[in-house]
Amino acid sequence: MRKVAVMGVGMTKFGPTEKSQVELFAEAAMEAINTSNIKSKDVQALFLGNGLGDFEEGQLNLAGFCANELGLPPETTAMRFEGACASASIAIRNAFLLVASGAYDIVIAGGTERAFSMGTSLATRTFAMGTDSKYEEFSGLTFPGVFAMLAHLYADKYNVPLPKLKERMAMVAVKNHKNGAKNPLAQFQKEITVETVLKGFVVADPLQLFDCCPFSDGAAAVIVTTDEIAKKHVEKPVYILGAGQGSAGSLCRQKDYTIMPSRIVSAKQAYKMAGVEPKDIDVAEVHDCFTIAEIVLLENLGLFEFGTASEAVEKGETEIGGKIAINPSGGLKAKGHPVGATGAAQVYEIVKQLRGECGARQVENAKIGMTDTLGGDAGSIVNLIFGI
Amino acid sequence: MYKLTYKQYFNALKEGKLLGLKCNDCGSYTAPPKLCCDKCGSISIEVVSLSGKGVIKTFTVIRVSPEGYEAPYIVAMAELEEGPWLMGNLINVDPDKAKMDNIIGKKVTVSAKVLPKMNYTPDEGVTPAFIITE
Repeated sequence: MRKVAVMGVGMTKFGPTEKSQVELFAEAAMEAINTSNIKSKDVQALFLGNGLGDFEEGQLNLAGFCANELGLPPETTAMRFEGACASASIAIRNAFLLVASGAYDIVIAGGTERAFSMGTSLATRTFAMGTDSKYEEFSGLTFPGVFAMLAHLYADKYNVPLPKLKERMAMVAVKNHKNGAKNPLAQFQKEITVETVLKGFVVADPLQLFDCCPFSDGAAAVIVTTDEIAKKHVEKPVYILGAGQGSAGSLCRQKDYTIMPSRIVSAKQAYKMAGVEPKDIDVAEVHDCFTIAEIVLLENLGLFEFGTASEAVEKGETEIGGKIAINPSGGLKAKGHPVGATGAAQVYEIVKQLRGECGARQVENAKIGMTDTLGGDAGSIVNLIFGI
Repeated sequence: MYKLTYKQYFNALKEGKLLGLKCNDCGSYTAPPKLCCDKCGSISIEVVSLSGKGVIKTFTVIRVSPEGYEAPYIVAMAELEEGPWLMGNLINVDPDKAKMDNIIGKKVTVSAKVLPKMNYTPDEGVTPAFIITE
């Protein structure tokens, strides 16, 4: 296995846009190409994460159009990767594996999505397609519903009174908005209070509007290459030290999903490959699609003991400057969640953090960073670990 | 190869019969059905009738619904006596009165709710409908 690095990275502003998915991706990708100090023709493969492009623009087979838009030559391998919200992380993990193996030297990997344009009703339906369409979707289950049920499971299992848990969940949203306010590419750059969250309308009991990430448009892309090539082109390569991926079936088969085996194994694979432990992680960009999701994943990644993460949030341990900085970008909650692009935006933030380029939201002395991306109701989970 | 397809499972559920699979190797039950035992992966499985009795483990009231569904309604997960968990609707509790302490841990029986074919589904759908019995 060759040592693999990320060179340039690129990202559009997240939020409603009038650009197409191809245009969004091309902008992010060209920024990644330019900041890698290479030319389009140097790229041998394009791995594109995309969740719902079919429904958003009636567009299939997006990867070829993106490659052509960027001026990549006909011999470029261009492929779409779909794993719901984890699509881009799956694309990046595959880029990592194929560069490590020697199949390619330079791959552009990322994702694009235009979910905002669908409107709430169709977006809610198509997002729900990430659950089991035979055995679960007919109940009218939605993604807020999946995590609302998780909040009730968590409160019941760990005997945290629901009002207390809701207050701590609100603190996740407050923290992520505080961070997002310092991120010029975030969809929401505005601080909120616990009261803002607790006054929102109910989406799925007990989740209120500000417990939920928004529907978003946007794209992000990174250039994955070898250590040798990266050193020739950029001053500060960021290395992919470890990668893991897990899978699972219908939510009902997972039973008590406060514990997610697919996430636990994915994280373990990544830690083992990187030769690090949870305590070594300085900064993490994680899948806070809902406030309770951030609490539960912190436990599944081993960053906090089971049943203790909500209290850790209350104590400020997940703030920038706390025990471990979680979602300094603002996370999915404030930065936005353009499904197929989300994993690439997480990698974008970690690369910038490890290079020390994050300004007001910089995590001091960040040396090891991690991403965590969840697809569907834990059907696909990817974890990546980065170092300098 | 399949002992119980989704269609056969749905058809039985519509008639009030909850079917599942019992593993000849490890003895555990699988529901809803799949190709192999959900616990050990064995394909030596047989179709059995399940008791249709369980307890609610968690729930939510959906207030922002997907296209094709009308909120509010309760989605819940129940653990069956035989072990498997099912996703379905809780139909005999008023969504506006749904609270953790009057739902979680309550005993239920399983009936069925049929949904007509809609956009992006190949045929009608059937979902478990839970009824609290205590």
